[in-house]
Amino acid sequence: MKNWLNIKNFLDEIGGISNFIARFFQEGFKPRYEFAELIRQCYWVGYKSLPLVGITAFIMGLVLTIQSRPTLVKFGAESMLPMMVSVSLVREISPVITALICAGKVGSGMGAELGSMRVTEQIDAMEVSGTNPFKYLIVTRIIATTLMLPILSNLSNAISLYGGYLGVNIRGNISWHLYWTQVFNAISYSDLLPSVIKTFFFGFAIGVVGCYKGYFSSKGTEGVGRSANSAVVIASLLVFIIDLIAVQIVDLLGLT
Amino acid sequence: MEKESVIEIRNLNKSFGSNHVLTNFEMDLLKGENLAVLGKSGSGKSVLIKCIIGLYFPEQGSIKLFDRDISEFDHYEWDRVRQRIGFLFQSNALYDSMTIRENLEFPLRRHELKHLTDKETENLIIDTLSNVGLEHTIDMMPSELSGGMRKRIALARALILKPEIILYDEPTTGLDPITSREISHLILEVQKKYNTSSIIISHDMSCINIASNRIIMLIEGRCYAQGDYDHLKNMEDEKVKEFFL
Ligand SMILES: Nc1ncnc2c1ncn2[C@@H]1O[C@H](COP(=O)(O)OP(=O)(O)OP(=O)(O)O)[C@@H](O)[C@H]1O
Ligand SMILES: [Mg+2]
Repeated sequence: MKNWLNIKNFLDEIGGISNFIARFFQEGFKPRYEFAELIRQCYWVGYKSLPLVGITAFIMGLVLTIQSRPTLVKFGAESMLPMMVSVSLVREISPVITALICAGKVGSGMGAELGSMRVTEQIDAMEVSGTNPFKYLIVTRIIATTLMLPILSNLSNAISLYGGYLGVNIRGNISWHLYWTQVFNAISYSDLLPSVIKTFFFGFAIGVVGCYKGYFSSKGTEGVGRSANSAVVIASLLVFIIDLIAVQIVDLLGLT
Repeated sequence: MEKESVIEIRNLNKSFGSNHVLTNFEMDLLKGENLAVLGKSGSGKSVLIKCIIGLYFPEQGSIKLFDRDISEFDHYEWDRVRQRIGFLFQSNALYDSMTIRENLEFPLRRHELKHLTDKETENLIIDTLSNVGLEHTIDMMPSELSGGMRKRIALARALILKPEIILYDEPTTGLDPITSREISHLILEVQKKYNTSSIIISHDMSCINIASNRIIMLIEGRCYAQGDYDHLKNMEDEKVKEFFL
């Protein structure tokens, strides 16, 4: 019985989220457009996450480089270090880390903010003030995360590669110019493009889950906490699932 | 002559799952009157006025606002009707992320009104705030205010469009007796000044006594009894007596 309930809850949740996405596409592209609010959300999602994303990217680049060196040295392939590091950073590590950070920061923020707006009737108040709360609150947030994640992820690429440069130079010695030449030789568009495309999906998933959890938050302050928490858990999980699907597609298309 | 009614509710039914909140509820709000709705916690008072403003949809029955059935309203008509109705939420529903000025601006900006200039908007906001005696809070955030102040700001926001009908959901709950008397008088003043009709939901008998002309008892999802304060006070019925103890 218990198991059965779990499965039912799980399916309910999937149904709920699918409806929510359908509603996003139905309502999101009809007037009236909430541009001012969209810009404000982009500022919150993009600009306000930048320091955190930047620091993490820098450390990831640096650490990955330092840790990869011994293995490459064993094979006498130390000169391959910039190449190897740059490919793994651009293809996988920096998009996924960026998405996870945003799932934690933005997803939980949205879950909590919208949840408390629901609980204190602010969403109802918007509705009676001539505003469609779904458009004003939800559509703008989902578009903002979908647009900002790729930008953040690309900045994170750049910063982590800079971290990589420092990492290479701790033990070895490579000129600024040579490092970047090697990096750009290693990375092709078939590395960059799939990784950029998947970040759109990461952003969309984070926005949808954060908004869904907050918008349908249950009554009481306890509900708000639960919304924020499950927004992070589900969004992070979705990031990995999307990543898994993306790698299969890329593989099938022969873009490896 | 019979007064015209601005809200007319017939045979209203609303339930959540197996929880029947309103059953065959009937009520009229006459033009210019302050009608109090009295009922225990959980009796469905908030649900009732949320049905009136279109936040909940009744399963059965009709609600007429200004002589038009709300089931015929589309999105634009709702917008237009809601401009004529002020709503004070039980939990105030002030926007946490906005200053008091932006909170009051919100309904002005969002309803597609005949265009107000910035100067006019500013004057209107200051004017409405001074009505509730809180002009000095205009640049503060809701979180910086006390509970009573927030209530008054929410009241100001409900009044800013100069509505013809105002729905007050527990305007005095959680306030000290002095402040709640002030608010009760404010409600009365608003009625006189702007000639509004209002529904006041409350359990606060002194507020009801001061501010209302007529009382409806919402018990077991129905309109159990109605009349003015003295009439109900002298009734013999057990369930009515409870409220006046
Ligand atoms: N969104 C909802 N979903 C499910 N049940 C609800 C919902 N809103 C209200 N109810 C139920 O409807 C009933 C009436 O609730 P309502 O909020 O109208 O009470 P109330 O009379 O306003 O009480 P109070 O004085 O405490 O505010 C309660 O039993 C509540 O559980
Ligand atoms: Mg209530």
